[in-house]
Amino acid sequence: MRYLPKSTAERQQMLAAIGKKSIEELFSSIPERYRLRKPLNIPGPYSEEEIIQYFKARAAENSGGYTSFLGAGVYNHLRSVVTDAIIQRGEFLTSYTPYQAEITQGTLQAIFEFQTLMCQLTGQEVANASMYDGSTAATEAVLMAERLTGRQRVLAARSVHPEYREVLRTFAKNSGLQVEEIAFTKSGTVDPKALQGLLKDDVAAVVVQSPNFFGAIESYGALAAAAHSCGALLVVVITEAVSLGLVQPPAEADIVAMEGQSFGLAPSYGGPFAGVIASKDKNVRQMPGRLAGQTTDSEGCRGFVLTLATREQHIRREKATSNICTNQALCALAATVHMTLLGKEGLREMAGQNLSKAQFALGELLKVSGVRRTFDAPFFNEFTVELPKSVKLVNAQLVREKIIGPFVLGTAYPELTKHALVCVTETTTRAEIERFAGAVKKALEQPV
Amino acid sequence: MAYPKQYRYTKDHEWIDVKGDLATIGITDYAQHELGDVVFAELPKPGTRIETGKSFGTVESVKAVSEIYAPASGEVIEANATLNATPETINKDPHGAAWLIRIRLTNASELGGLMDASGYEAYISAKGKEAQA
Repeated sequence: MRYLPKSTAERQQMLAAIGKKSIEELFSSIPERYRLRKPLNIPGPYSEEEIIQYFKARAAENSGGYTSFLGAGVYNHLRSVVTDAIIQRGEFLTSYTPYQAEITQGTLQAIFEFQTLMCQLTGQEVANASMYDGSTAATEAVLMAERLTGRQRVLAARSVHPEYREVLRTFAKNSGLQVEEIAFTKSGTVDPKALQGLLKDDVAAVVVQSPNFFGAIESYGALAAAAHSCGALLVVVITEAVSLGLVQPPAEADIVAMEGQSFGLAPSYGGPFAGVIASKDKNVRQMPGRLAGQTTDSEGCRGFVLTLATREQHIRREKATSNICTNQALCALAATVHMTLLGKEGLREMAGQNLSKAQFALGELLKVSGVRRTFDAPFFNEFTVELPKSVKLVNAQLVREKIIGPFVLGTAYPELTKHALVCVTETTTRAEIERFAGAVKKALEQPV
Repeated sequence: MAYPKQYRYTKDHEWIDVKGDLATIGITDYAQHELGDVVFAELPKPGTRIETGKSFGTVESVKAVSEIYAPASGEVIEANATLNATPETINKDPHGAAWLIRIRLTNASELGGLMDASGYEAYISAKGKEAQA
């Protein structure tokens, strides 16, 4: 489809074809009070040179040189220029849904590779072509569990990303789903015994995140056993995909919902990202979204198609597994390219650096008088500390020194005022961590 | 394929074979032929209550997914587990080995409204003529 401007003559011709004299007459059925009676507030028209100057000026407003210790669901990781070079190829960048297998083998194969990588990473058997983002993937995982179990009660850990839980509550509101919270322990994790106490045979899904919102690692085994003991499914949410380079994959989970942003996608104002949903093969017919499959063509050669499409809305209409999802093909492709460049060893190395640097940062912060660790559970690249002063005030000081401070936990957890969620990735250098700890010390010493 | 005389048939192309208060339900040869190659059947678990005229499962073929409607109300006793591995049986033996579910009837009087074999054959033959017209 091409977008071409119309001439006045062409407009008249189109109006004549439908028997209208003017645009005014065409829109006459719209009540007067809803009509815009002034020109749209759009500057210009500008010449090409003026537009280039305009955008150069806007770009110059960006300030660089900041070091970030903010994670909380979006992570700053190294990205290769190769990723952008590949996803900007016209065949990928401008292509639409690959319904016609005979002309879209490249796109379908890329999606198939993405699905394969996601299965290998998550320890699951089937992954789809991606979702909007991690939060909607988590909600779709719960809806999938509802269909699989025929139950409507959901237990979601309070240590799951607060915004993911908000998205889930939004969907639950008018769909009959009952969402309850599982408290976190003094270690910052879910206690399998406490979970057992909440479980009854009416629970569809137990939703946990690992590393959880506080950065702490949950132990899937015990949680899965508790959930399964009363027929509920375990949904594991992952916001930091790089953790899978070191942390055991959630093979015990029935459904995994993950945010793929950490793989080659820049934080860029919070999107676009790519959600991942993966599960066991036996659950595939209740999985939402598009699936690429491998097949053999009439000449016996390997080929790729969209498969199990009877779950989807263009065939099942209102009975589709989801009418609210789509994939993020280009972002999923970026993740695929990124992971292919990294390789298995590269991912492990990257994850190892995150862990070591986060451990170092915790040590440096604990040297600062008054800083205490909040939870004692093992963590990956994020951890929680309590400050003797408001985190917001400390962050205001940090930003003056070109440091983007940690997430203010009090905004999402009233019980954790003065607690900060610190994130350190492979992009952060030792010198930057030391400068950060020094700046925190200075901020805490300043009189309020 | 012959339509068994002892079965009763719905306009949605399901058959029901009643023995006392128990009944076996499947889809007709006409239905399987219209669907084409069947690849999957989604059936209710034992204990599920089904209701006359309401969908209790789906049969999926390479070209479509069709709802299966209950010819009578009852409680599911058994679903045909062999169809998981060999859904193509629905194409080969729709009136026999490819039965879908067994139920315990809760209201046998509902069966009065169903067609017998000759009635059903006349119904599908009229449908065929309609399609040709």
